[in-house]
Amino acid sequence: MKRTSLTRTRYGGFAVFALFLLLLPLAVTNDYYLNVLIFIGIHSIIAMGLDLLMGYTGQISLGHAAFFGLGGYISGILSAKGGWTALAGLPLAILGVGLIAWVIGVPTLKLHGHYLAMATLGFGMIVFIFFNELVPLTGGPSGLTGIEGVSVLGFAFDSDLKYYYLVASALLLALLLSINIVRSRVGRALRAIHGSEVASSVLGVNVARFKVAIFVLSAVYAALAGWLYAHYITFLSPSSFGFLFSVKLVTMVVIGSLGSIWGGIFGAALLTSLPEFLFVFEKYETTVFGLILILVMIFMPKGLLRGIEDLVLRILGPRVKGEGSKG
Amino acid sequence: MSLDQQILQYLITGVTVGSIYALIGMGFNIIYNSTEIINFAQGEFVMLGGLFTVTGMRVLHLPLPFAALMAVMAVALIAILFDVVAIRPLKDASSITLIIITIGASIFLRGIASILWGKEPYPIPAFSGEDPIPFFGAVIQPQSLWVMGITFLIVLGLRQFFNRTIIGKAMLASAFQPKAARLVGIDTRSMTLISFGLSGFVGAAAGIVIAPISMAQYDIGIMIGLKGFCAAIIGGLGNFWGVVLGGVALGVLESLGAGLISSGYKDAIAFGILLIMLFFRPQGILGKGKGDRV
Repeated sequence: MKRTSLTRTRYGGFAVFALFLLLLPLAVTNDYYLNVLIFIGIHSIIAMGLDLLMGYTGQISLGHAAFFGLGGYISGILSAKGGWTALAGLPLAILGVGLIAWVIGVPTLKLHGHYLAMATLGFGMIVFIFFNELVPLTGGPSGLTGIEGVSVLGFAFDSDLKYYYLVASALLLALLLSINIVRSRVGRALRAIHGSEVASSVLGVNVARFKVAIFVLSAVYAALAGWLYAHYITFLSPSSFGFLFSVKLVTMVVIGSLGSIWGGIFGAALLTSLPEFLFVFEKYETTVFGLILILVMIFMPKGLLRGIEDLVLRILGPRVKGEGSKG
Repeated sequence: MSLDQQILQYLITGVTVGSIYALIGMGFNIIYNSTEIINFAQGEFVMLGGLFTVTGMRVLHLPLPFAALMAVMAVALIAILFDVVAIRPLKDASSITLIIITIGASIFLRGIASILWGKEPYPIPAFSGEDPIPFFGAVIQPQSLWVMGITFLIVLGLRQFFNRTIIGKAMLASAFQPKAARLVGIDTRSMTLISFGLSGFVGAAAGIVIAPISMAQYDIGIMIGLKGFCAAIIGGLGNFWGVVLGGVALGVLESLGAGLISSGYKDAIAFGILLIMLFFRPQGILGKGKGDRV
């Protein structure tokens, strides 16, 4: 009984969101804003994956910009240097990044807390250095040009509007997958790991395997986003995939609310659009991110969404507290 | 220069840079030793040390020693402030929260520095001239001797402090068993405060002594901070002489790698070592601690 009603509301939210994405271009006709929406969509996909790792499973990654970049570079290089179509590059980008994430994930996720953070950070740095130094492949710091756009069966996604719908579809697909994972046995296992690794392994959860699996999945989300990114702007430069972008991704997840799928989208939308609309913000972008991270962690450790929710509940009093707080 | 002399030259450079890594690793150690927190903003203390010295010399026209003194004081104060404002309120937070907070502080300090000092690099004059000292066919910059000497003195001083003084021992106790420490009357809050101040002091000192070699700039913190952490991990987090060993080993490997293999991948060498250490021996070469905790 409970389960069916829960299912309905989860997919209800999904349906409303899908309709919203479908109709959004009616309100946003300006190409520049569409362009911002596309970036929000791309960032949302990564943030959603990272949230599965950070919010649900309680593991941190400071290297997700690397997976984003690898997804873009694998397909981008195949396209620019090998003449592959974007569509042919997609499975390679996904598989390649998945494999890398698995190889690096197995030893990395044995670490906890600060050690895990440093290991993922170190990995991100190494990948970033390779993007810069493998000049024959990546074009080095001056960038990789000549990447093809996306076309499927002769239909080219060659306008911002068409690309918007491509990104929106990818986002919805990722969202659907996340919703199903979170709701399933796997999702419960992940939350158990977050609660206590020892307790969950005693209860028969294969902690190491779940952690690695979710790490790989979150890397694949980032790779998909990287693929969308590469074939949208058709140019890649290492500077987009450095440590600061990894931090920005973590900020999105943290602001949005750790452990809420919608939180990732909210955080991505907020952090991607703010610098676009506040020009003052541009110069102080990293400073403000830093401040946001500190303030959110001190005052709303569950993120803005939950923080606001808690605030509302506190004002409304204890009457509704029992029902509304679990998302 | 023959190959032998070249290698000697790389070794000298390596030991110099390695001393700096050791000093920065020491900063990580101090905070870790009293709180078990890894402070991701450690590298920013280094950056601020150099830049405050620049301000002291150029704007306030202080002679170098006074500018340096002012800089270490200022950074120590900032570190203490950081503890009071951001760390103390969430003493019992999860490590993920603390990581995010210190990263937030790191990019915040970096951003503030880029606003205050701009993005250009500033030189600081070498402490005692720039006439190289010949050494078996290679040369040593006088500044290198300053770097090694100051590192040695600081490490020695810290070791004495933690092993011989009541405050130092109390700091170790409050990291090891905070509850027990409080029970025997140690004010663990003050110990954390002191450790942040001390760590800021050491970080700033590293930034000042290295500035004549590598310049002071707003964005050096992340990279040099990570190298310092790498040194601490190689040596074993919390182990003082281990960090020195780790720093020098890292500096030498990096310098040899850059000279003999490729300078572009120099930083990748350091991070490769970091990953290998974390995967196979997270407690470090000399460490007895455990990287793999429940």
